[in-house]
Amino acid sequence: MVYVTATPVLALRGVSKRFGAVQALTDVELEVHAGQVVALVGDNGAGKSTLVKTIAGVHPIDDGVIEWEGRSVAINKPHDAQELGVATVYQDLALCDNLDVVGNLYLGRELRSWGVLNEVEMERRARELLTTLSIRIPSVRIPIASLSGGQRQTVAIARSMLGEPKLVILDEPTAALGVEQTAQVLDLVERLRERGYAVILVSHNMEDVRAVADKVAVLRLGRNNGFFDVATTSQEDIISAITGATDNAVTRRAARNVEVKK
Amino acid sequence: MSLDKTSAPVGPADDAPAPAAGAATVAVDPRLVVREQGFAGYLSEFKRKMRGGDLGSIPVVVGLIIIWAIFTSLNSNFLTAGNLSDISVAMVGTGMIAVGIVFVLLLGEIDLSVGSVSGVAGAVFAVLAVTHGMAEWLALILAILTGAAAGALHGFFFARVGVPAFAVTLAGLLFWNGFMLQILGDNGTINLDSEGLVAKLTGYYFSDVAAAYALAVIAVAGFFLSSFFDNRRRAAAGVPSRPLSEIIVRTALLAVLAFAAAIMFNQYKGLPLAVLIFLVVLVVTDFVLRRTSFGRKVFALGGSVEASRRAGISVIGVRVAVFSIAGTFAAIGGLFIASKITSANQGAGAGELLMNAIAAAVIGGTSLFGGRGRTWNALLGVLVITSIQYGLALQGIASPIQYMITGGVLLATVVIDAVTRKTQKTAGRA
Repeated sequence: MVYVTATPVLALRGVSKRFGAVQALTDVELEVHAGQVVALVGDNGAGKSTLVKTIAGVHPIDDGVIEWEGRSVAINKPHDAQELGVATVYQDLALCDNLDVVGNLYLGRELRSWGVLNEVEMERRARELLTTLSIRIPSVRIPIASLSGGQRQTVAIARSMLGEPKLVILDEPTAALGVEQTAQVLDLVERLRERGYAVILVSHNMEDVRAVADKVAVLRLGRNNGFFDVATTSQEDIISAITGATDNAVTRRAARNVEVKK
Repeated sequence: MSLDKTSAPVGPADDAPAPAAGAATVAVDPRLVVREQGFAGYLSEFKRKMRGGDLGSIPVVVGLIIIWAIFTSLNSNFLTAGNLSDISVAMVGTGMIAVGIVFVLLLGEIDLSVGSVSGVAGAVFAVLAVTHGMAEWLALILAILTGAAAGALHGFFFARVGVPAFAVTLAGLLFWNGFMLQILGDNGTINLDSEGLVAKLTGYYFSDVAAAYALAVIAVAGFFLSSFFDNRRRAAAGVPSRPLSEIIVRTALLAVLAFAAAIMFNQYKGLPLAVLIFLVVLVVTDFVLRRTSFGRKVFALGGSVEASRRAGISVIGVRVAVFSIAGTFAAIGGLFIASKITSANQGAGAGELLMNAIAAAVIGGTSLFGGRGRTWNALLGVLVITSIQYGLALQGIASPIQYMITGGVLLATVVIDAVTRKTQKTAGRA
């Protein structure tokens, strides 16, 4: 049973972002609750990555309000986002191939005792973390290079868990993965939801989105183009919202009605 | 509540396999490469590593044995205590420089200036101590600090300004060589006090036989106790530990080597001070690289600069520190080299020294591509190179042939490195 809080963990209200002459985001609204997976979909250049980067603090917003657990907050640099409890797992992994799993999990926040790395404690906690997330890898002491793409992605996600975040942003976690590996990552996303994290999942793959997401937020040309409930919306509706083949007003009203019912 | 509909079927369905999967990880998962307990498990692990191309130091150890066998068959004087002891002392200068090179190679960078910087250190010491009559210990420290500062300067231009390390240190190679010639002045050679501090670096031997044996005992006992207690802590924390038999085998191997070396040194003049200092440096640097968070950062940068930056590592800081370490060890190596000839002269730091130091690090097994290697590689590599030099000198073979043979060995090593990388890739362990 998933408990969804009344106050969203993160809410974007009328967020806009401009890069020079390009209006990347216009009046974007988004809400994510704890224990909820919100998929962020859209065509190439729809503003998905920009939106994720504004939340992660890479690009500060120009206009609008970011609310964190009901409070209005300013996220101007990545550190601000981390302080709040936003963990971002980028598409290009950001793992060191030559270090082992433990080394990667604790990179930049090594446990030390008397100035010396406490390998035993790090290994113990790493195993504990991987077990609770049901991540299966051959050993926590083999280099990342010898893991499969899916295993690496799960390690990267597990790494973001160490900071005890409230919101986890996954940027295209299943791009470039095989079927079995994608399944591993999707399993992990569900486990994150069960553990009460708010999850934003950026994805191109509608099947993945339908498999794990609760809500789908569609971006088109930097604007909201529908906020759907996965269970009650057909794939065609979502795809037409992505491609713009739908009447915006209708889809928006449909999305609002769902929210009102809830 | 539309949400319940989506999640209700997923929740319980997913809950059921989750504990099972967790249990399987703890017990035996068929996909795992499980290391069996006991010595048999260690052997099979070893075989698996061999097949996977994870050769470690084995090629260089085999190479060293072959080289020694060839030279012994050519000249029975090669494998004598005197010759081996001389090799051990002579290798320390280049070996110290190679230790610094290992740090730089771990970043995936190169430092071409270490030869010149080592020459500068010798010259700075000679000018301060001999020409200006400064206390030797102070001159020694200032010479080493000069090396550290030179390295930090290279690091600054590389890390902060963004000039490729190759170009910065190539400039450094020319600049510091010129600097050395400038401060040495017109006569070009300054002789050191043959009884002085620096001369003792390579000239002093612990003539008491107890010294070498004591060192061997300390090394073996230290290794055994640290592995043993480390294992105990691992077992207590419930993480996989090595079988006791593996620790005993490793300790026994080390004991054989340590006592053979001690007996060899004692048959000649005793334990050389230079070798003692070199071993201490290797133990300390190995500890820094593998057991401190600074070392972890160095390896991380060699693996992925972007990942390190995102993990909050100060990329610039670590890079400057590593180049400064390379400069420091270049200076220390330069002092050992000056000590060997008890003079600072215009030829110091030129010629094959730079190439030998880099070759030593690579021959020992440090990867040119960054992120793989240990400072012990410097010891193995420099032992190979110095053995070749001394063996050929015993045969009266001139240096042109020496260069060609050293070049051949280096090529062979790099070929082995490249081939093992390929094997590792096919075995999924690049």
